[in-house]
Amino acid sequence: MKRAGFTSVWLPVALLLPQLSIIAIFFYWPAGWAVQSSFYLQDPFGFGSTFVGFENYTDLTANSEYMRIAWFTVVFTVLVTFFSLSIALLLAVKADKVIRGAKSYRTLLMWVYAVAPPVAGFMGIMLFHQHTGPMTDFFKALGWDYKILVDYNSTATAFIIVSVWKQIPVNFIFFLSGLQSIPRAVREAAMIDNRSGVRRFWDITFPLLAPTGFFLLIINITYALFDTFGIIDTLVKGEPGNNPMTLVYKVYMDGFRGNDLGGSSAQSVILMVLVLVLTVFQFRLIERRIHYS
Amino acid sequence: MAQVTLNGVGKTYPNGFEAVKPSSFDIADGEFVVLVGPSGCGKSTLLRMVAGLEDITAGSLNIGDREVNDVDPADRDVAMVFQNYALYPHMTVRKNIGYGLKNRGTSAAEIEAKVQDAAKMLDLSALLDRKPSQLSGGQRQRVAMGRAVVRDPALFLFDEPLSNLDAKLRNQMRIEIKALQRRLGVTSIYVTHDQVEAMTMADRIIVLNGGEIEQIGTPAEIYHNPASKFVASFMGAPPMNLIDAQLENGEIRMNGSTVLTAPSDQAYAGPVTMGIRPEDVVIDEAGSTPFTIEIVEELGAHRLLHGRLAGHAFTVHVGKESLANAGEVRLQIKPDAIRLFQPETGKAI
Ligand SMILES: Nc1ncnc2c1ncn2[C@@H]1O[C@H](COP(=O)(O)OP(=O)(O)O)[C@@H](O)[C@H]1O
Ligand SMILES: [Mg+2]
Repeated sequence: MKRAGFTSVWLPVALLLPQLSIIAIFFYWPAGWAVQSSFYLQDPFGFGSTFVGFENYTDLTANSEYMRIAWFTVVFTVLVTFFSLSIALLLAVKADKVIRGAKSYRTLLMWVYAVAPPVAGFMGIMLFHQHTGPMTDFFKALGWDYKILVDYNSTATAFIIVSVWKQIPVNFIFFLSGLQSIPRAVREAAMIDNRSGVRRFWDITFPLLAPTGFFLLIINITYALFDTFGIIDTLVKGEPGNNPMTLVYKVYMDGFRGNDLGGSSAQSVILMVLVLVLTVFQFRLIERRIHYS
Repeated sequence: MAQVTLNGVGKTYPNGFEAVKPSSFDIADGEFVVLVGPSGCGKSTLLRMVAGLEDITAGSLNIGDREVNDVDPADRDVAMVFQNYALYPHMTVRKNIGYGLKNRGTSAAEIEAKVQDAAKMLDLSALLDRKPSQLSGGQRQRVAMGRAVVRDPALFLFDEPLSNLDAKLRNQMRIEIKALQRRLGVTSIYVTHDQVEAMTMADRIIVLNGGEIEQIGTPAEIYHNPASKFVASFMGAPPMNLIDAQLENGEIRMNGSTVLTAPSDQAYAGPVTMGIRPEDVVIDEAGSTPFTIEIVEELGAHRLLHGRLAGHAFTVHVGKESLANAGEVRLQIKPDAIRLFQPETGKAI
């Protein structure tokens, strides 16, 4: 095949420029600014800043509230990731049995994708409402004095359930298409080799889904860490008080509510490093995925 | 090892399509039966019903002396080789071959010994630690065979196992599979759309068309006495020449003028389709039938002469020493080379 090429260097540069400038303006510039300001102590009223070195970072590790939020974020991320992946996998396996080959069903199930995040958060508010929420009634029926926004664990539970619920469709679609891409003959060969459907799942289906699973794991961790911001903000109505929050929400609270730009920037930088690590990890995994085909 | 009995076995898919009409036949212990027919005729459906991968919607199926209609595929004691090999992509060759044994409670040491045996038999010993993606098509095919052989099942099922291989490898594997089956003596059902595979491998051939059995017989029976026009044209390359004609008083007339002597004692009179195998005619100056050669197909060991006989397309198969020029010749057609079929139903008379 003949490779197409550019005769001049200026055309490709011109074509790349819009994309590059968007990345520069909306990512590198603020990121660089965050790194810089994480080394300064900003005057809350904007009258100036003092260079403090790593003090903003060392302050964080000494800050028991920050460590508590970090711990909550870890627990929250693990639970959201675990439940949204496992429930989605269970649903996908069940759906796959029914709709093998029937493409129209698959299209119908995709529609769930289209629920907007704020709508999800708003539905959470209704479901967990202190007086009228059916979930509140349900927990009360189980003997739990459920009080969202008043009781720490109640609020945390609502965060987790709404976040899981919002993420399940995405995982479901990926798992379902992963399942459907396993050749029919491979499953059938397994049916002749192994009587037990459960064992076949763990021996054949699950390993073949593993590349999809690894990919979703990263996506879900990123989601739980960052994209649940909207859900948390909607649920606590912008006033977390003594309620749990995640690290990203803490960045927002300290920076924009507490006007501690230096500390908030230091927190952002920590999160950026985390994303970087996840991204590298994911690229490694994608390389591994190709190995299977 | 076991005999297989199908008693009115049929399949109607949930969408109402009857892919296999109720069919009955027996397969003897150790027999190699080939199901052959054009694409979509229901071969795979029938095989998959035997394997238990497809529900049987009519009739009953026995493997050995056990009715297996409602028996799980894993409990039927069958092994299947699939068209795309259906190897487990994440397992090594060793694990692929041993997986079925592992689930049948075989001890690890015994599995290893059996896998080694199978690998030796199929020339896979050096490849046991590879993944399927690191194998060639022919090697994957062998692994699929190994997976079947290692279990020592009552019945082998093959669904077009060679159709993804190139022609040379296909011929080689055809012979190897047949030899392996002979050696192991395992009853086998082999599905193919390739009539050469059917002819060369089968103890008995079952010709399927449109979900119905057209004919069951040994390769020689099928070839020389096709039960229908369909079988006559499907089996054999080049196929049997089929010419519409009139049968009267023991004579066959084509286009009113050309006349052949009918096979002995025909009571039937009226329109017929006459079938003649290309190799059952000889070019002979003294022959009674004129033939116009239009194209000569040179095949080395022999030649195919394509031309016209009484205005109908006709092919003659001759040896390499025979003449090979376009033009007019005369043919000698013996009465016992002629098969007669009913033009409408296509059945042999
Ligand atoms: N699940 C199904 N539902 C409906 N029709 C089917 C199904 N599977 C196969 N068929 C139809 O049954 C016929 C026989 O299929 P198959 O047994 O696969 O043919 P072959 O193996 O001889 O090519 C085909 O016409 C095919 O379209
Ligand atoms: Mg088929």
